[in-house]
Amino acid sequence: MKIRRFLTFPNVALALGLAFLYAPIIVMIVYSFNNSRLVTVWDAANSPTLRWYVALFQDRPVLQAAWLSIRVAAMSATGAVILGTLAGLVLARFGPFRGRALLRGLATAPLVMPEVITGLSMLLLFVSLEQLLRVLLGWQFDRGMLTIMLAHITFTMAYVTVVVQSRLASFDDSLEEAALDLGARPARVFFQITLPLIMPAIMSGWLLAFTLSWDDVVVSQFVAGPGANTLPMLIYSKVRLGVNPSVNALATLMVLIVATGVIVAAVMMKRAERRREREMRMADAGG
Amino acid sequence: MAANGASLRSLLGTGRAGPLWELFFRFGPPRWSNYIRSHWAGQRLVISVPYLWLLLFFLAPFLIVLKISFAEFAPLGRPPFESILRWSEEGALQIKLLFTSYSYLLHEPLYVSAWLYSLKVAAVSTVLCLIVAYPMAYAIARASPASRYVLLMLIILPFWTSFLLRVYAWIGLLKTDGVINNVLMGLGIIDAPLAMMNTSFAVYVGIVYSYLPFMILPLYANLEKHDLTLLEAAQDLGSGPVRSFFSITLPLSLPGIVAGSLLVFIPAVGEYVIPTLLGSTDQLMIATLLSDEFFRNRDWPRASAVAIAMLLLLVVPIMIFQHFQNRELKGNKR
Amino acid sequence: MVERRYDKNKFEPWRDPAAKPYVSIDRVTKKFGDFVAVNNVSLKIYQGEIFCLLGGSGCGKSTLLRMLAGFEAPSGGSICLDGQDLADTPPYERPINMMFQSYALFPHMSVEKNIAFGLKQEKLPRGEIASRVEEILGIVRLTEFARRMPHQLSGGQRQRVALARALVKRPKLLLLDEPLGALDRKLREHTQFELINIQEQLGVTFIVVTHDQEEAMTLASRIGVMNRGEIVQIGTPTEIYEFPTSKFVADFIGSVNMFEGRLVEDLPDRVRIQSDELGGVIHVDHGISAAPGAVVWAAIRPEKIDIRRTPPGSMAENCVRGVVKEIAYMGDMSVYLVKIDSGKTVRVTLPNIERLSDDERIVWDETVYLTWHPGSPVVVTQ
Repeated sequence: MKIRRFLTFPNVALALGLAFLYAPIIVMIVYSFNNSRLVTVWDAANSPTLRWYVALFQDRPVLQAAWLSIRVAAMSATGAVILGTLAGLVLARFGPFRGRALLRGLATAPLVMPEVITGLSMLLLFVSLEQLLRVLLGWQFDRGMLTIMLAHITFTMAYVTVVVQSRLASFDDSLEEAALDLGARPARVFFQITLPLIMPAIMSGWLLAFTLSWDDVVVSQFVAGPGANTLPMLIYSKVRLGVNPSVNALATLMVLIVATGVIVAAVMMKRAERRREREMRMADAGG
Repeated sequence: MAANGASLRSLLGTGRAGPLWELFFRFGPPRWSNYIRSHWAGQRLVISVPYLWLLLFFLAPFLIVLKISFAEFAPLGRPPFESILRWSEEGALQIKLLFTSYSYLLHEPLYVSAWLYSLKVAAVSTVLCLIVAYPMAYAIARASPASRYVLLMLIILPFWTSFLLRVYAWIGLLKTDGVINNVLMGLGIIDAPLAMMNTSFAVYVGIVYSYLPFMILPLYANLEKHDLTLLEAAQDLGSGPVRSFFSITLPLSLPGIVAGSLLVFIPAVGEYVIPTLLGSTDQLMIATLLSDEFFRNRDWPRASAVAIAMLLLLVVPIMIFQHFQNRELKGNKR
Repeated sequence: MVERRYDKNKFEPWRDPAAKPYVSIDRVTKKFGDFVAVNNVSLKIYQGEIFCLLGGSGCGKSTLLRMLAGFEAPSGGSICLDGQDLADTPPYERPINMMFQSYALFPHMSVEKNIAFGLKQEKLPRGEIASRVEEILGIVRLTEFARRMPHQLSGGQRQRVALARALVKRPKLLLLDEPLGALDRKLREHTQFELINIQEQLGVTFIVVTHDQEEAMTLASRIGVMNRGEIVQIGTPTEIYEFPTSKFVADFIGSVNMFEGRLVEDLPDRVRIQSDELGGVIHVDHGISAAPGAVVWAAIRPEKIDIRRTPPGSMAENCVRGVVKEIAYMGDMSVYLVKIDSGKTVRVTLPNIERLSDDERIVWDETVYLTWHPGSPVVVTQ
């Protein structure tokens, strides 16, 4: 009886949907331990094996690309957080000013902009800048890590902007007024009150920007020079040639790292929230 | 201080925002934002940093794309186009705008079919995504609070892992000698392997799979807010569960449906990785054409024209999306 | 209760022409575009007062308060505190502090840190900050909660932290925006008296904004009633209640029965008003300033009307017949809605002094007579 009540159409659909979301990942993980070079044939005799993981750690280009990607993602995320926080702050707190509508449009458009367009337009900008700098300053610069970072900052800051703006919108600005009233100057109000309050949003914005940058292949492909090769670009070129067992191993590692991080963070957040709720209930009961 | 305030005010003015500004303040006293606006000199600096960045790295690139889309293709040039601005021999500035790239887009059957195909793929994937996502979002919204949190985590988790690798994972499943075919043949359901890779079907699966969280989350956010007593009232008035769903829940969740659908549709039109990895090579999507035009043919003007045309096509859905986004932000503030 | 306090001490500086006002608001106007939020308001507030700005939502009282705090700049007029013009002083340099309606406690700081925040901005030595925080915590009786976070406090405790945070800066003027609005009814009454005690103890001048007349009546030394951006009446709680000068104030404070009529007899010590709305003559035993024949309104408070079963000796004046349409028993008193012969419904309240048996009680649809003393009506001309 209890089971029948649970087997409603939405619940069944939910279970199937989750299976749909996780099946490919699980299959990929399983096959990363497969000994056969032919990815889809399970070599029962010699599996599971770690040979693809070993191969992965001996693959210099992969390691170099991974290191480049980590640096690009970390720096882009940091840049995106600074700019996105400022944009979110301006949009949420600075009231109407001339050009606000344009800023709002510019700040959120990258959220839905097709990647090929972003990539193409950024590349053309860099080409024009290259020309301009060569003609004006005689200064030669090559596309590479820097251009990837600039492009990544630009399209990931939109996410930070939205996250920060909605966090700011959710708390009352009388907190900032109170600080002002108690003698703090506006810049101090920002660093002592506003910033600590939006810190969770800034942190999740950073993680989001990091992930998006770490994951990006299309924009990077456009704006990267011949020298720079990020990990997704490398994977993409491997994958276009077909399924590759060492990519399975790499994917498994990445999924595991991310999953562990996300789950740990989620559990910690949930705990903090529970404690907070309990304390609030106690405070109200205590009068 | 007074002079400073006055000059600031004249700089910012009330301008076109004026009437809105007044309207807004009829509903309550203005706040901290107003203090910042009228008193703090540092505000211009704070506004200008993200503003200038976005103007330089987001708006300017589009203007360059627009400019190049009117330029003439010069296959051997570096860069491979002729500038639209040129000094004539008499010293006058000449502007030469060519519409060849655009007219090519309209007349070349390859492009027309790529456009239609992109729209079809995006539309079909959006509908499929909605069909899959709606019951899932519904089930999560009606689950107990504790399991709701876990379920949402499960939906979001894949989003944090690599998009590229998740698409890649489907190759192993869909291939002719892939897992699905092996399993189906092993069970004796089919005799010959199904051709799933490099078909439109594979592209649909890839898009639905990748964009599912973007559909589920807005739907969930909407469904979770519903007042369940409405359904009880409907039942009390003699409406069955199916009918209550279609007459109450579905219409109320329309904002969530619109937001989710746009979040899937807009990027799907310009999707590049999924069709390249899973789709067929005979039927191209517009983003693939753009990238081919750019990297393979080095025809920058035509690639730019494709980008501009794509943007024009997406302007309406993007504006609808922004409208909803802003309403959502305002809603949070009450 | 408050009344007793001021009567006893004769703390009435506003009656003394030589007294110097502490806060003087001079013809202050605030416009937002075309909308006039505060219109030409002038106020003089004296040291040690609890001055209440009372009015409905959107009457401009909050905007006036925010101009005092410095969050808004007046469009015209000036604000002086203790002889100093505040126009060019930003909020963070004004010797004025505010207690916000939402309390605006910094959620990421403990009670102690919240209170110390303002002192830290003054760059005081650490030891002094600590001792002043401790002292004020004692005054608001929160010493043992010093290390708690705001979310670990109950509503009443949060209110006291907000008060302490504002008072610890020893402001010349404390602004309170709906100080009791977020508290439940029982707690409110208790807190009202506590606020008055703390104010007396520290001698800080308070300006309180509220929409709640009960709150204003108990707290205030004087009340300024606001409507549509203007001050319509300033006076002690008794003056405001017993001698409203306009229909708006009479109606806004407490409940009132209003009868429109024409002035038929106008003598220095008494007037008579012929009212069709009443269907009779109202006799008032004090003079008013209006021309004979003018249209005036007589306002009579429900508790000042007597209700009886038998007709009084003379039905000529200050008496009307009606039928009881509704009775609401409220425990300490009963409210009667009586439909008088002219068709108007009159509200009458009577304290339930004795326990009455069923046949002694006035019942529905009973014919009754309403009478009042000639001193009870207040005549207003606008």
